[in-house]
This record gives sequence, structure tokens and C-alpha cells, in this order.
Amino acid sequence: MSTTLLRSAPALRGALRAGAMKPAAAMASTSFVRGKATLPDLPYDYGALEPYISGKIMELHHKKHHQTYVTGLNSALDTIAAGDPLKAAAAAPLLNFHGGGHINHSLFWENLAPASREGGGEPDGALKKSISEDFGSFDTLRKQMNTALAGIQGSGWAWLVKDKTTGTLSIATRANQDPVSGNLVPLLGIDAWEHAYYLQYENRKAEYFEAIWNVVNWKTVAGRFEKA
Amino acid sequence: MAAKTYSLPKLPYAYNALKPSISAQIMELHHSKHHQTYITNLNKALQTHSTAVGAGDIAAQIALQPAIRFNGGGHINHSLFWQNLAPPSSPDAKTAAAPALVAEITKTWGSYDKFKSAFSAALLGIQGSGWGWLVNESQGGLRIVTTKDQDPVVGGEVPIFGVDMWEHAYYLQYLNGKAAYVENIWKVINWKVAEQRYHGGPDDAFAALKSSM
Repeated sequence: MSTTLLRSAPALRGALRAGAMKPAAAMASTSFVRGKATLPDLPYDYGALEPYISGKIMELHHKKHHQTYVTGLNSALDTIAAGDPLKAAAAAPLLNFHGGGHINHSLFWENLAPASREGGGEPDGALKKSISEDFGSFDTLRKQMNTALAGIQGSGWAWLVKDKTTGTLSIATRANQDPVSGNLVPLLGIDAWEHAYYLQYENRKAEYFEAIWNVVNWKTVAGRFEKA
Repeated sequence: MAAKTYSLPKLPYAYNALKPSISAQIMELHHSKHHQTYITNLNKALQTHSTAVGAGDIAAQIALQPAIRFNGGGHINHSLFWQNLAPPSSPDAKTAAAPALVAEITKTWGSYDKFKSAFSAALLGIQGSGWGWLVNESQGGLRIVTTKDQDPVVGGEVPIFGVDMWEHAYYLQYLNGKAAYVENIWKVINWKVAEQRYHGGPDDAFAALKSSM
């Protein structure tokens, strides 16, 4: 459990002890205050990922889209906590969608970084070794991830994931805001929703998928890999 | 065996004709880029499929089905969408152009406004990319349906009109404010085309598609 999770320390620890929230290690930065999800701060300025992702996209994406998932998640949690089984069941898809949206975006912001700081380059150490074993090379991973991103039909995400049992790395795609769960641990996520790139790249999404590698935070990805 | 190839249908109005509800920039990208890409990828998938049929390769045919559904659906949906929109100043954009349909809508939902609210709520409830449609069931009866991604309405019901809820349909103008897009789309619904589709069968609604082959 990373320290960033504990910003709202006492209430949150209580909630965790009570088993109300059980974020996985990879979701350490997903913020909750008194059982309510809150919008986490970005670890860099809105303009910091330029020229690869424009400041305007980042601002809307974080302040509007992510906030809407946070609001929707809290509303779904309220409905479920109210205890009416029928209403709770009806809210389950909303919980998955908005909860997934909150989790995915929280992971996404942290696995990006300005190109002038930790962003870009290539992974090293144990992560690099594992990528070479499971993909052949870093370049093959990149190509496979870009192919997976381009193949998403509609809105969704592509992830570099680690299988908890075998330790194997692979690429997984998810529709809409479905989060990566079960036996897979998300290491690196790339948002393929149109709102993630359209203002800058319009229909040329392949250019966005190429550009985003310049701002991948491999330090964060390696940290998730080691904990998984 | 050569597969039939589809081509991009012409818009029945200029790219700027749906302003201020939909900007010219959106219309141009949406039609000349997005719709074209569905057609290009549909033709590719159909050609490969046709080769697989010729070779008796059932596994390859099945493997192509998602691509045909997605890109074929994209072609069908956009072709129907362009036709069921009209410039806001046109008489076709007034509900008076659809007397029988509006009477049936009023009978079904209680009032036109209640229908509009129900349809708008369905559009805003779509999680991810998709479409909302008013359809006429094959047994008769109006219904609002939503479909994900580019899944088309091809189960025997007649699509009366559809609204594209992919972000590319509104984002350059409305950004994350999709409720405003939904509010403004009502000003450019082509009720004349909707009335014609209401009186016809699926073949009539899909007639424009056949002419784009």
C-alpha cells in the first residue's frame, strides 16, 4: 500500500480495515475520502505532456471526464449502500462503468510523465528482462500494443498486464471502462476513448498511439511490475 | 468470387448545412474520414471473406464476422444517419413533416415531449460508443433501442431514425458536454425521412445502402 493512498489517513484506514474498500496494490493512487471517491491530483501540469498530448485534452480529460466517473461512482455506491436489492442490482452496471472509469484514469495519469522528466525511453532491469522473455523485444511489445489499441471497436483501453500466477506479461484490451481484474494486474494502460485524443489528433488515432510512448512513465510501470 | 464493394454515399446537404447543431468540421471529418474508413475496412473484410468462401475455409469466415459486423454496421448506421438529418431551416426538420409517426409517438409515450425525454435519456445512458434508434418493430409498435459500438439494427425492425453517440460525432464542438449535443440534435432530425421509413419496411430504410454499392 503506497503512502499516496493514505492522504486521508484515519478515515481511509478505517474504511480499509472494515473491508469497505479493497484497492489492489496497483490501484494504490485511487483516492477515497471517508468512503467517497475523490478526483486525484495529476502528478504534473496539464500542459506537461505536450506536444504529445495537448494541455486542453489533459484538462478536460482530468477535470471533466474523470470527475464525472468519480461522481457516478459515488452515486452508484450510495444506491447500493441504501440496501434495496433491486436498486442495488440495477446500479451494478453503473458501478462497473464509473468505478472502472475512476480506477482506469487513476492508473493512467500515474503511468504517464512529461518527456522532459521520467516520460519515454525504454524500460530497464527486471521489467525489461521480462518483456524480452514474453514479447521477444520492447519493440514487439510496442507494436503489439499499438495493434491492440487500433483494433478496439468503440471505446476502451489497452493494457500491459501481468498474470499473478504465472508472472507472464501480456496485452489485454477492455471495452468501455471495464477494469482489469481477476488474475491480471494492470501495469500500463493506454486510453483509446476518442476523448483522449480527438481534439489534437481527430480521426488519426494511429498518430496518438505512436506519440504516447514518448510520455510513458516506465518507473511507475516497473514499480507495479515488482509489486504484482 | 469477387465481393460487391461499397462506396461512400454523398451527403444530401453541404457539410455546413447542419450548423449550429453540428459544425461543418465535425460533419466533414465524420463523413469523409470516419464513414470512409468503415467502408474501406468493410470492403477489405468482404473480399477476404469471399476468398474464404471460395476456399471452403469456414474458420476464416467465422473469424471475419466481427470485422464485418463492426465495419458493415458502421456503414449502415452512418448511411441511415446522414439521411435522417436535415438542415434546421428545412421544413423536413419540423415534426409537422411526420403526421402519422408523431401521432403514433404520442399514442405510445403519452406526448411528444415524453418521447423526447425518454430518447434523450437513453442516448445519455450509453456507456462508451454507440447509437440510439427509434425503431418500428416488425409486428408493429415503436420502441427506443440503443446499440453498442457499430452494432446495426438488422433484426427485422425498421430503423426510423438514429443518433450517433460516438464522441467523434460531437466532441470538437461540444467537448464533454454531450447533453447539449443531444438537445441540439432534435433541431436537425429529418421528420420527412422518418415518416417515410415509418410507412415502409426494412428494405425501404436500407434502399440508400444498396445504391452505394
